[in-house]
Amino acid sequence: MSDYAKTIEGFTCPAPLPSKDTVLLGHGGGGKLSAELVRDIFLPAFDNPALARLNDQAIVNVNGTRLAFTTDSFVVKPLFFPGGDIGSLAVHGTINDLAVGGAKPLFLSVAFIIEEGLPIEILRKVAASLQRAAKQAGVWVVTGDTKVVEKGSGDGLFINTSGIGIVNPGVELSADQALPGDKVLVSGSLGDHGIAILALREGLEFETTIESDSAPLHTLVESLLQTGAVFRCFRDPTRGGLSSTLNEIAQQSHVGIELEERVIPVREEVRGACEMLGLDPLYVANEGKLVAIVRAEDAQKALEVMHKHELGREAQIMGTVTNSHPGMVTLRTTLGTTRVVAMLAGDQLPRIC
Amino acid sequence: MKYLDEYRDERIARSLVNEIRRLATRPWVLMEVCGGQTHTLMRYGIEDLMPAGIELVHGPGCPVCVTSLEKIDEAIAIASRPGAILVSYGDMLRVPGSHSDLFRAKAAGADVRIVYSPLEALKVARANPDCPVVFFGVGFETTAPANAMAIWEAKQQGLKNFSLLASHVLVPPAMRLLLGSSVNRVQGLIAPGHVCTVMGYREYERLSADFHLPIVVGGFEPVDLLEAISMLVAQLEQGRAAVENQYARSVSYDGNLPAQRIMDRVFEVCDQKWRGIGLIPQSGLRIREEFAAHDADVVFKLDLPRAEESPDCISAQILQGLKKPTDCPAFATRCTPENPLGAPMVSSEGACAAYHQYRRHTALVGSSHHE
Repeated sequence: MSDYAKTIEGFTCPAPLPSKDTVLLGHGGGGKLSAELVRDIFLPAFDNPALARLNDQAIVNVNGTRLAFTTDSFVVKPLFFPGGDIGSLAVHGTINDLAVGGAKPLFLSVAFIIEEGLPIEILRKVAASLQRAAKQAGVWVVTGDTKVVEKGSGDGLFINTSGIGIVNPGVELSADQALPGDKVLVSGSLGDHGIAILALREGLEFETTIESDSAPLHTLVESLLQTGAVFRCFRDPTRGGLSSTLNEIAQQSHVGIELEERVIPVREEVRGACEMLGLDPLYVANEGKLVAIVRAEDAQKALEVMHKHELGREAQIMGTVTNSHPGMVTLRTTLGTTRVVAMLAGDQLPRIC
Repeated sequence: MKYLDEYRDERIARSLVNEIRRLATRPWVLMEVCGGQTHTLMRYGIEDLMPAGIELVHGPGCPVCVTSLEKIDEAIAIASRPGAILVSYGDMLRVPGSHSDLFRAKAAGADVRIVYSPLEALKVARANPDCPVVFFGVGFETTAPANAMAIWEAKQQGLKNFSLLASHVLVPPAMRLLLGSSVNRVQGLIAPGHVCTVMGYREYERLSADFHLPIVVGGFEPVDLLEAISMLVAQLEQGRAAVENQYARSVSYDGNLPAQRIMDRVFEVCDQKWRGIGLIPQSGLRIREEFAAHDADVVFKLDLPRAEESPDCISAQILQGLKKPTDCPAFATRCTPENPLGAPMVSSEGACAAYHQYRRHTALVGSSHHE
């Protein structure tokens, strides 16, 4: 026993590792590491007021017109997945970044970065899908670029899209405007896209009927704005999932957010896959879901409008903005206890057992 | 979802909490061994439901946390060899070794791949016959059978390029050391349900008898854990010390005999170094000589400098239930999941990470009773 007590004193742990010298995959995960890159590298480099708002799109005034402008790159693997492909995703992703700023999307640019050796047929399919998605959404692809990199320097195909839209006068949406008392709405079930993609990954293949939720959200946003309800902000919870999105809003608005676990919509298949893989659906990516922060007295009306839209049939009021614990998101569990919904450091890691 | 929702049911949970409140007349210190159980306790805020006096402390059952620094350094060294492929469970990648971790090794060009099963690593080995493929086999009795099976199959199939970097630990010897310590506070034990699914709970009867300790084999859902706690409190209040099985839907007395046979065929018991605890006699598994061709320690003959750990974190006391993560001055300040000082802050099964992820609000919205 005394030997044991001696061993205890000798217990040690490793010193911290320098973490700022190399880019890790986690820096692209949409969590804290991504936020650090933006804060430490990009904001100081490009400092200006439009960027400083840190929304999914910049809104700039040009000759009295409010232009919304955004860009996004798509590196999804595999290129084709249930519910979409890299082409449709590249359209929806950029449209959604515009839409959550309240903008009507108008024009897109598309840049293809192609790895040497990619079959032309794949490119043809992707381009057709991209055009179909653009047409359905009522936007035009008006300019583009093509680069080919040596075999091994890319992963088949990467796409970048940028988009321009117009914001109507009076629409003021921003992640720093949430106020205590506001309600938090979500347009539908969480985690569908991330799990649909994960199910296809090498080493994880499992049979599932889950499809990506990839969809353009601008008509849903438009119908919400037409109600005259007071919205503080819209977001689409992509990488990092709902948790990252709400943590960002809580931090930028200096408010707390309290969620009700019982009403957060998650499909049975997604829950099952998450249970198996040791993942939390609140951290899994979505590509066609809208989170809305709305004034409390308008919440019911907003919910009804969501329910009438095909992308909002499963919408829920899932939480409340509060003035306690600013910057933090908490969740009331099904047992009635409270826990923190933290922002992820990097990617969510599958657990051992 | 069937088999899950009923074990997360608020009504059942409430009635178990009431039962625990009714039973408990004195303070008791209970320990759950397994990191998966720690995770559930934190995720569902079960501490907050306990009556004053029932204290839950967290044991050394996170495989990521107790894998020795040397093994992590070895894994990084192997991964960094040109041509080699290191295959691992996901949450080992962020665990700090002496100077680096596997994520950083990957960023620097190492071929590190994440899988859910060692049998997937065999597929990688078959697909890359010219590359040495090493599976980083860590874990308790839970992961050992599948790792043993991988080695067994590699031998049967003549997969010469596959080997296992084994770092297996066993629960009962560690618990014996911990319970025998002069600083032990644990009065009742929730035994790890998945470990017992494989091993049965015969070994825990000896522990219970030797230390006059109530032990309940527990599951991983909130209702499982509340029921296990109420069974422990009942034993303690009645002065009994027996092994009871709450997790009967998965655990039998003898456990999974075919799994035990393959483990025994491929591995033998050895002394093992636990990170945060030190060397524990007869507490690990190593690959038998017959399978040396698939033992990464033999194949690579690594001779790394002895790993040095800095005295900056209190994971030792945490892994033994002597302190809570929030007792550490570095918790959530110098030590965070982005910059872990110690392994318990890395895996979601680690006590520090579980506190960091789920419990930081307690300081703001009211703490649990006994803090």
